[in-house]
Amino acid sequence: MSIELLAQINKDFAALILLTSFGLLVQRRIYALLLIFAWQGLFLSISTAIVGFVSGMHHLYIAAILTLVLKVIFIPYILHVLIHRLQIYKEVENLTSLPMIMLIGIVLVIFSYHVTAPIRELSTLMTRSTIAIALATVMLGLLMMITRSHAVTQVIGFLAMENGLFFAATSTTYGMPFVVELGVALDILIAAFIFGIFFFHIRNTFDSLDMEEMTKLKEED
Amino acid sequence: MILLILLGVPLFSAVVLAFVGDRKFAPEINILGSAATFGAGIALSLQVYLHGPIIAGGKFFFVDAFSVYLAILTSFVSMTTAMFSRGYMRREREHGRVGKKGMRFYHAMFQLFISAMLLVLLTNNVGVLWIAMELATLSTVLLVSLYRTPTAIEAAWKYFILCGVGIAQALFGTVLLYFAAERVLGAGGEALLWTNLSMVSDKLEPTILSLAFVFLTVGYGTKVGLVPLHNWLPDAHSEGPTPISAVLSGLLLNVALYALVRCKVLVDGATGTHQAGYIMMGFGLLSILVAAFSLLRQKDIKRMFAYSSIEHMGIATFAFGLGGQIATFGALLHMLVHSLTKSSIFFTVGHACQMHDTQEMNKIKGLFRSNPLVGWGLMFGVMAIAGMPPFGVFTSEFLILTATMKDAPFLALLLLIGIGVAFAALFRRVIPMVAGPIPSIAKPLKAAHVPVILHLILVLLLGLYIPKFLAQWFHSAVGLLK
Repeated sequence: MSIELLAQINKDFAALILLTSFGLLVQRRIYALLLIFAWQGLFLSISTAIVGFVSGMHHLYIAAILTLVLKVIFIPYILHVLIHRLQIYKEVENLTSLPMIMLIGIVLVIFSYHVTAPIRELSTLMTRSTIAIALATVMLGLLMMITRSHAVTQVIGFLAMENGLFFAATSTTYGMPFVVELGVALDILIAAFIFGIFFFHIRNTFDSLDMEEMTKLKEED
Repeated sequence: MILLILLGVPLFSAVVLAFVGDRKFAPEINILGSAATFGAGIALSLQVYLHGPIIAGGKFFFVDAFSVYLAILTSFVSMTTAMFSRGYMRREREHGRVGKKGMRFYHAMFQLFISAMLLVLLTNNVGVLWIAMELATLSTVLLVSLYRTPTAIEAAWKYFILCGVGIAQALFGTVLLYFAAERVLGAGGEALLWTNLSMVSDKLEPTILSLAFVFLTVGYGTKVGLVPLHNWLPDAHSEGPTPISAVLSGLLLNVALYALVRCKVLVDGATGTHQAGYIMMGFGLLSILVAAFSLLRQKDIKRMFAYSSIEHMGIATFAFGLGGQIATFGALLHMLVHSLTKSSIFFTVGHACQMHDTQEMNKIKGLFRSNPLVGWGLMFGVMAIAGMPPFGVFTSEFLILTATMKDAPFLALLLLIGIGVAFAALFRRVIPMVAGPIPSIAKPLKAAHVPVILHLILVLLLGLYIPKFLAQWFHSAVGLLK
């Protein structure tokens, strides 16, 4: 296959990643969110492998496998177990003003294209056109964490942000140095354990995983 | 070698403490481990003092004047905090606020946290610095929720999510930094080494670096507790165990600011303008003013001192942003004395809260009589933190103010308002707590003398006289950061 074709395919995967980001933003059922997140991880992993093939950077293959194992299999599996154990697989979140959230999301994507313009001009890599999408994924993850109040949803938003960051590293520089990528993966792994413990603490204390219940800590007047 | 010992001792202690668990001598092992870390810290600083900056481990580690003084401060405060936590946590255990598992977890994570912070200070790799920073957050998240009360869990969740989001922005900034570096230094691990970057900083692409700095400021600024990214800080400080409040306030904030300043040096070199400095000055000034006025409204004692930490980190950030010889010297000194003073205040506050079984300031009274060490310790601590002479905080604030008056007279006025309001707010609350008769709810308590007195004496000495080695380190750090 020619490089151009592969670059095209990579762009398609970038588009799919963006699509899943919007999917995460508006999906209200917890279990469906988990599936979308796993898909996003899969697209990310394939895209990384393609970039690795085109650029000849073989450490990207390892990064792709790491993503596959960690973000498509391991973390979704943990969340799956937790969701079952906490019996929340049927929970549906209340999300008002969906059109508004979508609109803000679109603005964020445009903003990301604007911010990353200087990088696109300077970069000579074939992935330079996907940098904006990477930043948009980070921003949409952030938006998701702000607009949602369920603990599991917030964690998925957090992980989607991490996906965006990983994608950013791949598309701007063909991946960070290997030590760093390994360290970041380790941090995510630890974080996964911590939020697992947290879900139970929150559940035991508040009888619900909805963060709306957590309003005790405020500035007193 | 010494570097590996310094990092390895707390890591090893963490493993040992995880096995020791809730045995009677666990706090003593904790102290022993921290003391050994401090010993290694002294050995390292001696080496740096005698032979200058160290680059070791295939350029993986880099220690210069800026990082060594923070490393020794970190190991010192962790040692005194371990001493304080011995009595404090025992009492919490006896009162049933922490369980068996909780104690095991507390000790192991305390040491892991220290190790992560030391790694931030000693590493040469900007990427590893980020990883260690995240590790420091993760190791303290579950410590904040140690008491399992609803408010503690809420605080810890907030801390986890907000700092997670913040630090993610910093990673994006690091990616951008690597992108700029790769064009000059070529791909691979070498391009993220701070020593390499600082040598070629004038060749790095300025537009990319100023973009990166925005992300880095938001990211590390969240951990420094800069307004408006500070929301997690008062909650985490007030709901966690007091020894953790002391190390969060005294050490973690410093380490985060260190990361930010390291990045600022690179950005300044690339842009050749004062742009990064202005960003830091803005965030710093906003933090000082917002925190000072928030101080007035607090009812919870630990929350109040958390806001005071935001104010002081604001002062240091502002001074680093201002730049110049005097302001940078002042900022370096300020980080040191604030850390010593604030941790000693948290020690006394922790005792005071245990005596009265509450964190509400209205209910704490008569500390001078009920426990003179706690009362006077708190009084002197507050005098020092409010910036009264002859304590060290006065010296550093005076230096920063002088530099501000010279370079930006109007901002000096705002700075003075912030410091003045904070001064009034602190004393309005502290005088009723220390003076007056002993309330009926007060229970006797054996306070930890050594940490409080040691810290206050050091702050006093630093106000009167700055030892030669410290002055030399500060001067070479100023040369580096200017």
